[in-house]
Amino acid sequence: MITLVRRPTPSKLWTYATPLVAVIATMIAGGLLFSLLGKHPVEAIRVIFWEPLFGANASYFRGQLLVKAGPLILIAAGLAVGFRAGIWNIGAEGQYIMGALFAAWLALRIYPAESHWLFPAMIVLGALGGLLWALIPALLRVFFGTSEILVSLMLVYVAENLLAYMAFGPMKNPEGYGFPGSRNLQDYPSAYNHELIAGTGMHWGVVAALVAVIFTYVLMHRHIMGFRIRVAGEAPKAARFAGVMPARLVIFCLGLGGAFAGLAGMFEVAGPSGQITDSFNVGYGFTAIIVAFLGRLHPLGILLAGLLMALTYIGGDMAQLTLGLPSAAIQVFQGMLLFFLLAFDVLTNFRIRIGRAIA
Amino acid sequence: MNRRSFLKTSAATAVVAGAGLPAFAADEPLKIGFIYVGPVGDMGWSYQHDQGRKAIEAEYGDKVKTSFIENVPEGPDAERALTQLALEGNKLIFATSFGFMDAVMNVAKKFPDVKFEHATGYKRADNVATYDAKFYQGRAIQGTIGGRMTKTNKIGYIGSFPIPEVYQGINAAYLAAKKVNPDVEMKVVWAYTWFDPAKEADAASALIADGVDVLLQHTDSTAPQAKAQEAGNVITFGQASDMSSFAPKPRVSSTIDNWAPYYVKRAGAVMDGTWKSEATWGGIDTGMVEIGEISDAVPADVKAEALQLKDDIAAGKAHPFTGPLNKQDGSAFLAEGEVATDEQLQSMTFYVEGITAEPPK
Repeated sequence: MITLVRRPTPSKLWTYATPLVAVIATMIAGGLLFSLLGKHPVEAIRVIFWEPLFGANASYFRGQLLVKAGPLILIAAGLAVGFRAGIWNIGAEGQYIMGALFAAWLALRIYPAESHWLFPAMIVLGALGGLLWALIPALLRVFFGTSEILVSLMLVYVAENLLAYMAFGPMKNPEGYGFPGSRNLQDYPSAYNHELIAGTGMHWGVVAALVAVIFTYVLMHRHIMGFRIRVAGEAPKAARFAGVMPARLVIFCLGLGGAFAGLAGMFEVAGPSGQITDSFNVGYGFTAIIVAFLGRLHPLGILLAGLLMALTYIGGDMAQLTLGLPSAAIQVFQGMLLFFLLAFDVLTNFRIRIGRAIA
Repeated sequence: MNRRSFLKTSAATAVVAGAGLPAFAADEPLKIGFIYVGPVGDMGWSYQHDQGRKAIEAEYGDKVKTSFIENVPEGPDAERALTQLALEGNKLIFATSFGFMDAVMNVAKKFPDVKFEHATGYKRADNVATYDAKFYQGRAIQGTIGGRMTKTNKIGYIGSFPIPEVYQGINAAYLAAKKVNPDVEMKVVWAYTWFDPAKEADAASALIADGVDVLLQHTDSTAPQAKAQEAGNVITFGQASDMSSFAPKPRVSSTIDNWAPYYVKRAGAVMDGTWKSEATWGGIDTGMVEIGEISDAVPADVKAEALQLKDDIAAGKAHPFTGPLNKQDGSAFLAEGEVATDEQLQSMTFYVEGITAEPPK
């Protein structure tokens, strides 16, 4: 019989080393997978991790790295705060959609009027959309004790259906010949979240992601709220004695995560995506959960993890193109990353004991 | 050099490098790129486009070099994938899903010497052509077979999305079925997906439970075929690809999207320098819409009738949308003897008279 025994004091070194070890293990296992598919493993790993950064067209792909990593980092930074407190917001994908819908609603409503106020107002509405959507599981938990995990996840599907409804109905481009999808906000100067410096991929959403990293760092490590959050997560009973109000904490953590996810949706719909379509959401809200854990729920770790995750997407496309790797293999590769991380985490916190369990 | 000007310079270099590449030399193979919205193994939409890619390779051999990226989400990821194909030196790029439209337009602006082909869209530019198939012609044949063979007088249709292409399909199938069987009724379930076996199976089950014994699908997986097989007394039609593994029953025929002739032709046009931006809407006559073999589960006279209709459509003697024809609300659509124009069909977002289902709001 194999049992897991909690280590009294997990090694500090291992806590920080596991992400690196997980990445290396993923490379090895991934390389094995690629060689089973008849591809040269080292070459495949090189294409995925090296080509986008230093390859022939790296100047373009480095920018795309920011475009892809921006929303991941922004969402993950917000989620991590809740995860630290043991509050599990799994529905960032839905909050991301709602942020985009709120912001796009305003832009499409006042189109084609140009105004300097539109973009800031869209930012506010984007955050509000995500915030309100996240408050549903928060309030349900506070007042009725429902599980925020289930409610927030289920609300993703509600949001997806609302998105489809909007794309096919009220927000449909009146000049789109009956085809689904809204006007493209990229053609609407006041609403367009354009690149701040051409060719760099840097847009306001990337700036917001960096601000979010700094903000959550200050919050978690320099502010009393951060202390409360950490105590609540690590020692819920002690937290009560320390005067932490669980209800407020739930509302704060879910609200913050929702607002950040909503912002990410807003910057995306106003920028790289440009349109409300039924396929607007591509899973950033779920991938951000991986990013948050890969980054050890620490803002700086999340910054790096977001970039790494973005790299596997962009490098993955390259491997498809130049090596003919199937996209499913790339997805397996990305999945391995989380698997190894969680596995090594277990080993950091627990010892494996083989033999009879002691009651 | 400060960081800002460095970034500007490198961005400029990237653009110049992209745009300034010399046109491909005669001894170098023409590089052709594809992006697919699904996996090439979906056995439906993306699979058929990939068959077209293989046809190009088979036709031109060493003179071409093709590559593809599959499972590309619509939106910014598509834009990156297309840029990637252009940067890799592909001179002809096929973007094979409607949702890639704006991404194609954005990338085409940055690479004026690269030719783009966008499936099912309506935006064009000097270096962007569009192409689509008249799938509704195949639906008319399915409607004829279904109308003759149904015993419950209920035909089910799994809609993907409420867009003109799907409305054309539902209406064409209904009109053809009603012509041979005035009592026929059309049931529609919207799956809101192009490919999702679980949702498609649910939609099929709902329709079958409702008494449908002819099942048409506008989604790409074989899940509805499997559900029909389970039910036993339901017939189906292959969608996008032949789905012949479900023949002779439930699958009694199919509409196959055959992109191969078009792809081969367009690749040839790039090589001999005659490529022009144009809008192609091909039907049975050009081979873009192919009717898969009608199986023995269909009575011989029905089969003959269906094949006759196919020939008539191909020859232009019959059109699935011929007046007099009213819209569902009773307002006039086509006058006596009038035939729907391509423009009318491409903006069709209504049911025709006689269909009792509610259109989705």
